[in-house]
Amino acid sequence: MSELDLLQTQLLEQVQKAATLADLDAVRVSVLGKKGIITEKMKSLGGMAPEERKVAGQQFNTIKNALAEAIEAKKEQLEEAEINARLAKEAVDITLPVRPEKQGRIHPLYQTYDEVIAIFGQMGFEVAEGPDIEDDFHNFTALNTPKNHPARQMQDTFYLKGEENGEKFIVRTQTSAVQIRTMEKQQPPVRIIVPGRTYRCDYDATHAPMFHQVEGLIVDKETNMAHLKGCLIEFVKTFFELDDVPVRFRPSFFPFTEPSAEMDIGCSRSGGELKIGAGNDWLEILGCGMVHPNVLKACHIDPDVYQGFAFGIGLDRLAMLKYAIPDLRTFFESDLRWIKHYGFVPLDIPSTGSGLSMTGGNKR
Amino acid sequence: MKFTLSWLKDYLDTEAGVDEIATRLTAIGLEIEEIIDPVAAVKDLIVVHVDECVPHPDSDHLHVLKVNTGKDVLQIVCGAPNAKAGMKGILARPGDFIPSFGEKLKAGKIRGVESCGMMCAEDELGIGPDHTGIIECPADAVVGASVATVYPSDPVFDVSVTPNRGDCMSVYGIARDLAAAGLGTLKPLYDKNEKLVAPTFSSHVVLENEALDIGAPYFTLREIRNVKNGPSPKWMQDRLTAVGLRPISALVDVTNYFNIAFGRPLHVFDADKVKGKITVRSAKDGEKLLALDGREYALSEGMVVIADENGVESIAGVMGGEVSGCQTETTRVLLESAYFEPESIAKTGQKLILTSDSRQRFERGIDPAATIGAYGSDLATKMILDLCGGECSEIIVTGKEPAQPAPIAFDPKRVKQLCGIDVPADECKEILEKLGCTVTQEGDIFSVVRPTWRSDITGAHDLVEEVLRIHGYDQLPALTLPRPNGVHGILLPKQRREASVRRALADRGGYQTITWSFMSSKDADLFRTKGIEPVLIANPISADLNEMRPNLLPNLITAARSNIVKGTADGCLFEVGPQFFGFKPMEQETVACMLRFGQTAQRHWAVAPRAVDVFDAKADALAALDAAEAPQNVQIAREAPAWYHPGRSGAVKIGKTVLAYFGEIHPKVLKALDIKTPVCACEVFLDRLPPAKKKAGKGQKPLKLSSFTPIMRDLAFLVSRTTDSEKIVVAAKNTDKNLITDVSVFDLYEGENLGDKKSIAIQITIQPVEKTMTDEEIESVCRRVIGAVSAATGAVLRS
Repeated sequence: MSELDLLQTQLLEQVQKAATLADLDAVRVSVLGKKGIITEKMKSLGGMAPEERKVAGQQFNTIKNALAEAIEAKKEQLEEAEINARLAKEAVDITLPVRPEKQGRIHPLYQTYDEVIAIFGQMGFEVAEGPDIEDDFHNFTALNTPKNHPARQMQDTFYLKGEENGEKFIVRTQTSAVQIRTMEKQQPPVRIIVPGRTYRCDYDATHAPMFHQVEGLIVDKETNMAHLKGCLIEFVKTFFELDDVPVRFRPSFFPFTEPSAEMDIGCSRSGGELKIGAGNDWLEILGCGMVHPNVLKACHIDPDVYQGFAFGIGLDRLAMLKYAIPDLRTFFESDLRWIKHYGFVPLDIPSTGSGLSMTGGNKR
Repeated sequence: MKFTLSWLKDYLDTEAGVDEIATRLTAIGLEIEEIIDPVAAVKDLIVVHVDECVPHPDSDHLHVLKVNTGKDVLQIVCGAPNAKAGMKGILARPGDFIPSFGEKLKAGKIRGVESCGMMCAEDELGIGPDHTGIIECPADAVVGASVATVYPSDPVFDVSVTPNRGDCMSVYGIARDLAAAGLGTLKPLYDKNEKLVAPTFSSHVVLENEALDIGAPYFTLREIRNVKNGPSPKWMQDRLTAVGLRPISALVDVTNYFNIAFGRPLHVFDADKVKGKITVRSAKDGEKLLALDGREYALSEGMVVIADENGVESIAGVMGGEVSGCQTETTRVLLESAYFEPESIAKTGQKLILTSDSRQRFERGIDPAATIGAYGSDLATKMILDLCGGECSEIIVTGKEPAQPAPIAFDPKRVKQLCGIDVPADECKEILEKLGCTVTQEGDIFSVVRPTWRSDITGAHDLVEEVLRIHGYDQLPALTLPRPNGVHGILLPKQRREASVRRALADRGGYQTITWSFMSSKDADLFRTKGIEPVLIANPISADLNEMRPNLLPNLITAARSNIVKGTADGCLFEVGPQFFGFKPMEQETVACMLRFGQTAQRHWAVAPRAVDVFDAKADALAALDAAEAPQNVQIAREAPAWYHPGRSGAVKIGKTVLAYFGEIHPKVLKALDIKTPVCACEVFLDRLPPAKKKAGKGQKPLKLSSFTPIMRDLAFLVSRTTDSEKIVVAAKNTDKNLITDVSVFDLYEGENLGDKKSIAIQITIQPVEKTMTDEEIESVCRRVIGAVSAATGAVLRS
């Protein structure tokens, strides 16, 4: 083995022995640095004869390249080891809980509200609204319920103190008042739904002094009671997300519709559990009918030309039925545990296109 | 309206059973509330023979019975005075349900003697009125057989009669409607040729009707003398009991019976307690009457009353007076049968807050043709004579039967037009005639006279309903509603804003709630705005809910408190709803109110929780405004109502309009509402937002991206502690709106060593527009910013 071969072997050994990147760099400097062994050798070429220089030059270059390659390889190896060591040290307990993020809830009543709007919206109903405080004309008289009409006793009305020009005001007992407010401003065709708060002086297990209704109203030249039935059947099927819901129309009475009907939907009540759909029982769900001519007259609409239907649904009741909420009073108790349980995540936005409910992911 | 099956069948000849009748009633608009079969509820009880009856060894009124059930002999302790050996009675054994107890019978010892059951009285089982002793079964009753063999089942129907159907406030009326619907035929009440009464004398009673025009157009009296009052017969008592009325005496029971049976209110005066001339007239202010319900009523002008020389004796059509009421010793009566106008009765009843079976019928409208004839005074007189004996006078009549309104013109095509169903004209006519209408046809148009008992029928639309009702609502086809073309969104801009705000606040962790629109004035007093009067409810459901809320916060704070009490220490609630600033329609506005209480989160290994504060509330307010697409050029002002912490609250404004308040709730308010954790909240006034600007199209402005890298520079200022950081930010931004695209506060230091100063550090972002900027140019921008901030706030650059 020549002297040069020996040197190469020794130097390669030094490279391999380096334990850290710093060690390796020290080796590199001692070999290939400005004053390194190989560098010094290269410098000595200048003093050689041309023939000798040619041979030695080649030999030195071979050693230099071999060493540079070895150092580079070792460097990669050491770097890999170093990063592995660092990563091992950085390991954490990934089972720890994530940083707190808060997700709120939409109240089931408002979820229902949005669902109802989505369904009737698709049928071309616009959403109208009116004030919670009403006058006698809009809440009763114009709705064909004059003073002393026995129908007024069907509803326990809240009266307000204070009067203007001898007139006292009430808190509306029904969203039907908005029928009048809408038709006062708008000639037919009218096609609206009116969701809103309503109030009655009554508080027990099944009545709250405040609750919510959705009123529906169509007035045009041709809409008849068969359309009413079709519209409501479509509504209950879409709302309850069932292919078939048996429906029963019964004669009833509301001062502002004639003929009037109540609609029942099929259900079963086996084992104390209420299930909507085919069954051997009926559940009353809404009141409806053809708009009474006196109501149209009160809004200066000619009942010989125009006709239409109206319906009123209890929103709270719809929410209770669809989402199996047992007690109406809990709707208004603001219990965070209840809202968390029965509420909906904000991304669960009802749409008849994407599916009515439960499209917004899991609750957290 | 309650009635029994047997009572119905007195008037209706039908083969239909209970279920079929129930289904048909519901189908014609007489909705079944409940069918109760009292005998079915106790059918497990059996007939027993009393073999032996001896006195209880330790009691002077109890007996010890040996009763034979047909299978075995049981020992029973019994306290009834009529218990005796040899009788047959009804036995309840342990485990049998006893309706009047509301529970099952238990075995036990009575004064040391074992009793294996109970001998029952009618009222204990709810199958009759008798409570004087145990049931004595007929001798031929079969020992061991069910009580149902002795008491035949007679189910009680409870139907809900809508306010328009006064005619169905009677068993006869319901039978008549069922007959019209084809479920059997109506039986005649009596032979038309029969003379019901044979008056034997003319009464000396002087009757004057001054109320012909104010509610009593038709009023009659008849004297019946030499009657013998006493208990009414058992069949009548059973029926009255079954429908929930208490039998009193034959004379009173007859009037109650007529109310239920025929919807014909009657009244009987004790003629010997009436003094002088009888006048039907308006009450005078200040007059009073002690009524049959034992209460005294203060009457007023306009109420129709029946009076004599002693004063008012009865409130017409509503309730009779105690003084002239019939007693057991009554021998001479005056039977009143009248037609009172519905409005008059309703007004009087409402004013007096007095409901009665009679009022319910009069105000819905009774059959005026049945005042004397049909099921009126004559039939009632006959019943009194039959039950109490005596003789009757000629009837004394004032006024006359109100005339029927003009016939209604009815085009049977209306049915198709309004209901979308084909009912041939012939069938329409047949239905209307079955209902008692008189129909004459002139071409295609019917001229319809309603029956006297259907005062609710006033127009063609009513006839449409009648035709549909009898033809069958179940026949109504379902048609798809035609859709309008090109629907662009159905929400008003206001509704869309509210919907977005609800979802945005829930997304920020808010739990949506709904609280009453009312609250207590006591709590509301903490949230008053100057110049806004409380909106008080005249008839609140409770003293705690006596005012329309002037603000949403108090209800939410109270809700937070109740959550804390239930163990939820931290939380976030929001509500979007109305608050009221006046007692007239439209004096309300929609507010989104979000409230946070307690800590921001539970304790966590990585993130320390902190108390909720003004910046949480501010963030909520701004998020709600963003969701509502509020303008971007809002200002934050240091002004908020008194219920906020004065140093930790503010307003978001646009010009002079306050769009939102936010802040920590004033500690005094929290103390008054008994809440000990920190609470912050925002109130966002959605209705005050300017309407969204209409854009010409849906397209966005073109996106311009700079090709030059933005440059960030940090600058720290020393400034007075009372100076708002916003001033520094605005001054910096306005230095060069072209180049400076963002200014943000990234550090705040308020140490003792700075005295009354604070240090605020801002980062400015400089975006070169045309070319890369040199260091000198950047330095120049910074120098200008420092100058502008200094000039605006007196701040000096920290070295």
